[in-house]
Amino acid sequence: MVALSDYLILGAILFCLSIAGIFLNRKNIIVLLMSLELLLLSANMNFIAFSHFLGDITGQIFVFFILTVAAAEAAIGLAILVVLFRNKRTINVEQIDTMRG
Amino acid sequence: MVEKIYLAIPLLPLFGAIAAGLFGRYIGRSGAHWITILSVLGSFVLSTIVIKHIIFDHASVYNEAIYIWMISDGIRFEIGFLIDELTALMIGIVTFVSLMVHIYTIGYMRDDPGYQRFFSYIALFTFSMLMLVMSNNFLQLFFGWEAVGLASYLLIGFWHQRETAILANLKAFLINRVGDFGFLLGIAVIFAYANSLDYAEVFAKAENLSLQTINIFAGSEWNVITMICILLFIGAMGKSAQFPLHVWLPDSMEGPTPISALIHAATMVTAGIFMVARMSPLYELSETALNFILMIGSITALFMGLLGLIQYDIKRVVAYSTLSQLGYMTVALGASAYGAAIFHLMTHAFFKALLFLAAGSVIIAMHHEQDMRKMGGLKKYMPITHWTSLIGCLALIGFPLFSGFFSKDSIIGAVQYSDLSAANTAYMALLAGVFVTALYSFRMYFMVFHTRDRMDEHTREYLTETSWVVTMPLVLLAIPSIFSGFIFEPIVFGEFFSRSIHVADSHNVLNELGSTFEGIQGFVMHAFSGPVTYLAFAGVGVAYWIYVIKPQFAVDMQHRFNLIYKFMDNKYYIDHLYINVFSVAGRAIGKVLWKLGDNVVIDGFIVNGSARAMGWLSNVLRHLQTGYLYHYAFAMIAGMIALISMFVIAVNI
Amino acid sequence: MTFQYGLFMFFAALVVYGAVCVITLRNPVHAVLHLVLTFFASAGLWMLLEAEFLAIILVLVYVGAVMVLFLFVVMMLDINVSETREGFVSYVPVGFLIGLVLLLQIRIVVGSEFFGLDQYPLPVPRPADYSNTAELGYLIYTVYVYPFEIAAVILLVAIIAAISLTMRRRPESRKQMPDKQVKVKADERLKLIKMDAVVSVDKKDQGDDV
Repeated sequence: MVALSDYLILGAILFCLSIAGIFLNRKNIIVLLMSLELLLLSANMNFIAFSHFLGDITGQIFVFFILTVAAAEAAIGLAILVVLFRNKRTINVEQIDTMRG
Repeated sequence: MVEKIYLAIPLLPLFGAIAAGLFGRYIGRSGAHWITILSVLGSFVLSTIVIKHIIFDHASVYNEAIYIWMISDGIRFEIGFLIDELTALMIGIVTFVSLMVHIYTIGYMRDDPGYQRFFSYIALFTFSMLMLVMSNNFLQLFFGWEAVGLASYLLIGFWHQRETAILANLKAFLINRVGDFGFLLGIAVIFAYANSLDYAEVFAKAENLSLQTINIFAGSEWNVITMICILLFIGAMGKSAQFPLHVWLPDSMEGPTPISALIHAATMVTAGIFMVARMSPLYELSETALNFILMIGSITALFMGLLGLIQYDIKRVVAYSTLSQLGYMTVALGASAYGAAIFHLMTHAFFKALLFLAAGSVIIAMHHEQDMRKMGGLKKYMPITHWTSLIGCLALIGFPLFSGFFSKDSIIGAVQYSDLSAANTAYMALLAGVFVTALYSFRMYFMVFHTRDRMDEHTREYLTETSWVVTMPLVLLAIPSIFSGFIFEPIVFGEFFSRSIHVADSHNVLNELGSTFEGIQGFVMHAFSGPVTYLAFAGVGVAYWIYVIKPQFAVDMQHRFNLIYKFMDNKYYIDHLYINVFSVAGRAIGKVLWKLGDNVVIDGFIVNGSARAMGWLSNVLRHLQTGYLYHYAFAMIAGMIALISMFVIAVNI
Repeated sequence: MTFQYGLFMFFAALVVYGAVCVITLRNPVHAVLHLVLTFFASAGLWMLLEAEFLAIILVLVYVGAVMVLFLFVVMMLDINVSETREGFVSYVPVGFLIGLVLLLQIRIVVGSEFFGLDQYPLPVPRPADYSNTAELGYLIYTVYVYPFEIAAVILLVAIIAAISLTMRRRPESRKQMPDKQVKVKADERLKLIKMDAVVSVDKKDQGDDV
C-alpha cells in the first residue's frame, strides 16, 4: 500500500527539482516563477498527505490558503514581469541589476 | 462630609492661584486679590472647623487615600490625607499666616505691575504647603516639598528685573536641590526597604528596619533607620535652612517682604521641622540621627544668631533671627521634644510673621529703604508698627508671659533633661543663643524706633503710619504672639500629640520636664531661678547700652576686632567656600565632561564614530549587493541547505 | 502491488516527468504546458488522498486561471529564448549536485523508517456519503473565518496591484472627467461680449472701387 513516506519523498523530489530549476534557469524569470509554483506544490503535497494520514482536515485548509497566496503571487509576479518587459524589452535577469550596491 | 472639607482646604487656594494666575488679566487687580483672599479665607475657616473637630471633639484620626494615582507592582501611589492633631495645628497656622499675608500684600504691593502674579504665587504656595502637611504618604510629601520649593523660587525672584533677585532665587533653588537630593534618597531607601510609601505602613515596619543594616562603602555598615533619618534630615536641612545649607535664606530677602513673612519665616522653612516631627516613629529609633540633629541645630541656633548682630539691613536681621530660631526647633527635635518644637514653630510663626510684616511696614513708610542706619526714631511716626514690633521682639527673646517665653523655655528645659551625648553642648549653645537673640532683636528695635532720626528730609516729610490693610495683620498677629503661649501646657506636656508623635520612653524629656511642672505661675517663677530669663534681660540691657547710650562703642568694637568682624561680615566664608570651591570644582568637572566626554567621546567617538563605522562597513558590504536576483536566491538556498544539514545531523546524532 | 499503488506510481511518474520538463525545456510555452501536466497529475494524487475539493480546485482555478495567465504572458511577450538559455549547460552540474544533496538529506528524515506504514497506518476509508467539500466549508466559515477574510483581502490587493502595475496612461487617449463636467457653470460655457461694430477699411476701398 501507499505509505506516508512515499508521498513525502515525492514532495521532496518535487522540491529538489524546483530548487534545481531556480539554479538552471537563473536568467529566465518566467521559468523562475514556474519553479516557485512547483515549490509550493511540493509543500501542498506534504500538507495533504499529512492531513490524510493524521485524519486532520486542517492541513487542507492550509493548502487552501497557500493556493490563494500563490495565485496572488503569480498575478503580481507576472504583472511586474510585464512592466519590466515593457520598459527593458527583455526578461534577462542579468540585465536587471539596478539594485547593485 | 469631613472628607469634602479636607479636600476643599488645599483645593480652594489652588483655585485662587489658577484664577489669579491664568485669568489675572480678565479679573483685574481687585479681582485677583478678592478671589485669592476669599479662597484662603475659606481654607482658614474650614481649617478652624477641622481644628475643632480633631482637637476639641477628639474625632478619630483620618487616614485615607483620596485618589489612587497608580498601583505598580503592588506599591500604591496615591493622594491621601492624614489628619490628626499635628496636621490640624499646622493647617491652622499655615492658613492663618497666609491669610494675614494676603491681606497685607494688598498694601505692600499696591503699585507693583505684577500684582495678580504675586497673588497667584502666594496662593499656589499655600496650596503646596497644605498638601505637604496633610499628606499621608511620602510621594505626596515630596510633591508638596518640591512645590513649596518652586513657589519659593518664583517668589524670591519675583522682581526678576533685579539681578540680585535672580541670583538669590537661583541660590535658593540650588541649595535646596542639595537638600532635596538627600530627601529623595531617604525616600528611596524607605521605598527599597519598607516597600511602601504610606506613613502608617512604614512606621509599622520601622522596628524591623532598625534591625537591618545597609552597606554603602565596602566595610562600613549603616543601620537602615539611621540612614533614612539622616538622609531625610538632609532634606530638612535644606528646606529649614540649617547649617551648612542655610546660605539661601538670608539672600531670599530679595523677595518682597510679605513673602519673607509667609515663606521664609512662618511656613515653608518649618516644613523640615514638621517633617521630622511627623517621622518621629523613625527618628526615635536612631540615637545617631538624633545626636546629628542636635549638633546641627545648636550650631545653627548660636552662630546664625551671631551674624544677626552685624547686619544693617532690617530684613536680614530678622532673617538671621529666623535661622537661629529654626536652630532652636531643630535642637528640640534632636532632644525628642517634638511637642516643644511644634509649639515653638507655632509661636514663632506668629511672632516672626509679625516681625517681618512690621519690618515691611517700616520699609513701606521709608519708601523701600531697608538700611537701619538711615532709620531711627520711628516710634513717634508709626505708633502701631512700633508697639506691635515691640511685642514681636519681646516674644522673640522669650520675655516672660509672651508666647516665645513658653516655647523657648520648654525647649531649653527639655534639652537639659536629654541624655544624648550632644545634649550638653547643645544646652550651652542655646543658653548663649538666648543672650545673642535678645541682643540683636533689641539692637534692631532700638536702631529703628529709638535713637535720633537719621533719614533724609524728603523721607521724613512723608513719614506716616501705613494704611489699615498693613496694620490690621500686624495687630491680628500681635494677639497670638502674646497669648498663644498660655495654651502650651497640653501641647508640650500633655497627651495632645499622642496620636501623631511617638516618643520612646527613654527619650521622653518632655515628660520629665512636665513632672516638675506646677502650672503656668510655677513655670514663670521657675524661669527666674534659672539663667535663661536673666540672659535675655542682659541681652536687652547690653543692647540698650551699646546702641542707645553709647553708639560709638559698637563702632569702636568693630575697629578693634576687625578680623572677627570681617569673618562674620562674610558669613563665616561659607558662601566663599561654595562659590570658590564647590562651584568652581563643579564647573571644572563640567568643562572636562564637555570637552572630553561630550566633544571627544560622545560626539567624536559615539555619534560621528558610529556613523563612520557604518559607512566603512556598508562600503565593504555593498559589494555583496550585486543586484542579480539569482545571487540572492543562491544565498537563500545555501542558507537553507545549511539549516537542513544541521537539522539532519542533529536528528541522526 | 495493489491497484492504488499502481495508480500512485503512475501519477508520481507523471509529476516527476512534468517537473523535469518544466525546468529543462527551451521553449517557455512547452514548459508551461508541462507544468499543467504536473498539476493534473498532482490533482490525481490528491484524489487518492481523499482531498477531492482541493484536487478540483487545483484543476479548475490553478490550471484554468493561473496557468492560463502564464501561457498568456509567455505568448504575449516576445522573449528572446536563446539569450535566456545562455550558460544553461554549465549550470547543470551545480544544479544537479545541489538538488541531489538536498534530496538525500530530506530522504534521511522522511524515509519509511520514520514515516512508513508501521508508524502511520492507513486511515480508515471515509464512508461513501462523506463530503470533503462540506467539511472544508464548515471549517473555513467557522474556525478559520478570519484567515479566510484575510485571504480574500490578499486577493483583492493582488488584483489592485496587478492592475495598477500594468495600467498605462496614454497622453493621446481622451476620456471624460465627470467631476469637472458636473461642476461647470453656465457662464463658463458661453460668454457674451458686447463689441462696437467695426467697419473694415478694405471693404470701403473695395466699395469705392465698385
